[in-house]
Amino acid sequence: MPLWTYRGLKAGVKTTPWPLDEVVGASGLPEPITDACPDGCEQCVTSCPTSAITHDGALTLDQGACVGCNLCVEVCPSGVLKLSSRPTQAAAGRDTLIRRFGVEEASPTKLRPEGDARRMRKSLFVRHVDAGSCNGCESEIGALDNPYYNLHRFGIFFTPSPRFADVLLVTGPVTNPMHEPLKATYEAMPRPNFVVATGVCAISGGTNGGGYSARQGIGDVLPVDLWVPGCPPHPVVLIEALLALIGRER
Amino acid sequence: MYPSREMTIDDPAELATVLAGIVVDPDASPRTYHRLQALWARQRADDIELSYLASGASGEPFHLWRLVVNPRVAVPSLSPLIPLAGSYEREVRDLYGVDFVGATDNRRLIFHDASAMQTPSVAQRESDLSEGFTIKSPDLQLLRFGPVRADVVESARFAFSYAGEGIVHLETQLFYKHRGMEMRFEGLTPARGAILAERVSGVDSVAHAMAFALACEHAVGLEVPERARALRVMLAELERIYNHLHYFGLLAKLTTLKVADAEGHYLEELAKQTNASITGNRFLRGLIVPGGLRRDLDVNGLEVALAELEDRVQSYLEVLNKTRSYLDRIETTGILETHVALAQGATGPIERASGLDRDLRRDHPYSGYERYHFVVPDARSGDARARALIREYELFASFAILRQVLDHLDDGPVHTTREVPSDQGETEGLGWVEGTRGTLIYAVYLENGRLSRVKIKEPSFSNWRVFPYTVDGTNMMDYAINEASFGLSLAGNDR
Repeated sequence: MPLWTYRGLKAGVKTTPWPLDEVVGASGLPEPITDACPDGCEQCVTSCPTSAITHDGALTLDQGACVGCNLCVEVCPSGVLKLSSRPTQAAAGRDTLIRRFGVEEASPTKLRPEGDARRMRKSLFVRHVDAGSCNGCESEIGALDNPYYNLHRFGIFFTPSPRFADVLLVTGPVTNPMHEPLKATYEAMPRPNFVVATGVCAISGGTNGGGYSARQGIGDVLPVDLWVPGCPPHPVVLIEALLALIGRER
Repeated sequence: MYPSREMTIDDPAELATVLAGIVVDPDASPRTYHRLQALWARQRADDIELSYLASGASGEPFHLWRLVVNPRVAVPSLSPLIPLAGSYEREVRDLYGVDFVGATDNRRLIFHDASAMQTPSVAQRESDLSEGFTIKSPDLQLLRFGPVRADVVESARFAFSYAGEGIVHLETQLFYKHRGMEMRFEGLTPARGAILAERVSGVDSVAHAMAFALACEHAVGLEVPERARALRVMLAELERIYNHLHYFGLLAKLTTLKVADAEGHYLEELAKQTNASITGNRFLRGLIVPGGLRRDLDVNGLEVALAELEDRVQSYLEVLNKTRSYLDRIETTGILETHVALAQGATGPIERASGLDRDLRRDHPYSGYERYHFVVPDARSGDARARALIREYELFASFAILRQVLDHLDDGPVHTTREVPSDQGETEGLGWVEGTRGTLIYAVYLENGRLSRVKIKEPSFSNWRVFPYTVDGTNMMDYAINEASFGLSLAGNDR
C-alpha cells in the first residue's frame, strides 16, 4: 500500500488544465469549406447513413444525427466538405443542433436550460442509464473519472442511486426492454432535475435506432434539457455539457 | 466457396449422427478444435436454412453443415449433446420461430418478458452439471439486480439466490440492449455496412469492422493490398491494448487500489489518445471497409509513442503484480474449470486462462498474422488471476506485433481497385478475428452487391453463457471482481 502512495506522489498531477487549449482526437463533424456545390449534386445526401445531411438551396447538417463517419466528405466530387477539427457542442434545444450552412449561421445559443433546475449552481450528482448504447458512450463517460479529465475537480460525481441524482445521463436509442426501466429511473429522481441525451443514438437513434426493437432516441420518452452530439461525444464535450447545466465554464 | 468443408443435411433426424464429430464427450481429454462455433438461421423463400459451424484443427478449414427445413418441422435439439448449442437454438427460435425438440432449456432468450423474471428456475438450467439441482429452501433470499445497475455500466439484469454472503445461484437475464443489429445490415452495400459494424460494440469497433470486411471480401472475392492488411493488424492490436489497459484499471478499482485504479485508467487514456493522433478517432473508427482501408495512415511517431507506453505499462504491472492485497482478491476467485469452459463454449482470454490453448490469430491466421511472431499464453488455474495474467501477456504480445508491423510496413495502395460487383447473384462469405474478447465471426450473404443477411457470432455471447458457472458457490464480495475479470461486453452480446 505505501508503495502505491509513493508511486502516486511521484507521478505528480496528471490532470489537464481547464479549459483545454487543444483537444486530442476531437472527432469533429463535416462542414463546408467552400460554397462550390454544383447544381443538382446530392452525393453527400445519398451517402449519409443516418440522413443527417439535406440540401435544399443550402447544405444542412443535423448534428444530432451525424455520426462523423466521413462518408460525405469522401464522396464529395468538388471538395466542398471537410471534417472539422472542432469537437461537437451540446445544445439546449433539439432544433439548435441543426446547422444550416451559408444562409444564416446560427449564433452560439445559450446552453443553460430554462426552468427550476437553474437554482443548481455548484455541485452535481449524475446517474447514468444505458438505454441500448454500443458502449462507446460508456467508454467515454467512464473516461471522465480518469486522472486526465478528473471530473471530481468540478464537484461533479456519479451516483449509483437516482434518489441522489440531479442529472440523468442517458445513452442509446431506448430499446424496448429498457423503456420502462428508464422511465422508472427518471420517476425515482427528485425534482428539479436535468435530463441529458448523450450521443447520437439518444438524440435521434443514429445508426442503431428504430426497427423492431428500439426507438429513435429519448426525445419522446423523457423531457430532455440538454442534447450532447457525437458518436460518441468526446470527454471534453461531456465536461462542457455538464458544466453548462450549472452555468459554469470552469 | 467457404474456407470450410461443407455438407448438406437432408433429414433433420440425422442431425445428431452427422454432427457426432463435434459432440462434447465429458470423459475425453479436452480439445480445442472440432467445436461448435456458431449456429444461425436465414430465410430461404418459405424455408429456413440452419447453418452449424465448427472449428477445424489448427491450420485446417472450418466445417459447415447446412440444413434446410420447413419452419413447421421440428428440429432435434443439440443441447443435450453439445451444451453450448442451447443459447444459439434459443436465439434462432426467438428470431425465426424454429422449434427445437428435446432442448434442455426452452425459455425465451431475446424477447423475454422483462417483468416475468421469477424465482430462478434452476431445474431448467441448461447445464450438464446442475442436473437434479433445485433450490427450495426458506433460508434463501432473492436479490434482483438491474437492469439499471450501479456505476457507469451497461444494462443487464441478474437474480442472485443467496444465503448470507454465499451466492447459491445466479440467473442472468440479458438482451435488454437488443437493437436488432443483424437485421439493420439487410439491404446495405458492404461499404455502408462497415459503418454499422463499427457500432455493434463500440470498444470492439475494429474487430467488428475487420471480421465484417473479411467476410464481404471472401463473399465477392476481393484481394486486399498488403499495406492495408498490415495496417489492419496494427489497428486490431491498438484496440487490444486500450481494452486490456481499461481492464487492469477496473480490476484495481474493484480491489480498492486508488492509485492503481487512476494509473490504469490514465494508461488507457494515453492509449486512446495515441489512437486519435494516428487515426483521428479514439475508437479507431472510420477506416476499415471491405476492400482495404478508406484512407492511408501516417504512422510517423507511433513507434516512439508505443515504446513509451510499453515502458509505463511494464512498470505499472510490475508493481501491481507485487501488491498482495490485489493478488489476494483475484487468486482463486471465480474459477472456471476446463471441462466447463469447453462444454459451455468459453472463448478468448477466458478459455486460454482455463487450459484451452486456442487463438485464431495463430490457428487460423487472417490479414497476414502468420508473418508475425507472438506468444499465445495459456494458463490452467482458470481463476481471475489467470485471466489477468493472460491479458498481461497478450498486452506485451500486442506491443511485439506492432513493432513487427511498423518495421516491415511497405508503401503501397490501401484499397483494391476492384468494385463490389452488383451482378454476381447470391454469394456468401465468412470472416473471423480474434478480438480482445475472443472469437468473433461474421457470416454475410450478398445478393447482387447488397447484404441480404448478416450473422454476428460475438465473443461476449459465448462468455456470458459461461460466466454464471463461476459464480454459483462463491460469495458476494467477489462477484464484482469476478465479473470484471471476464471483461464482457453487453452491447456485443445483445446486438
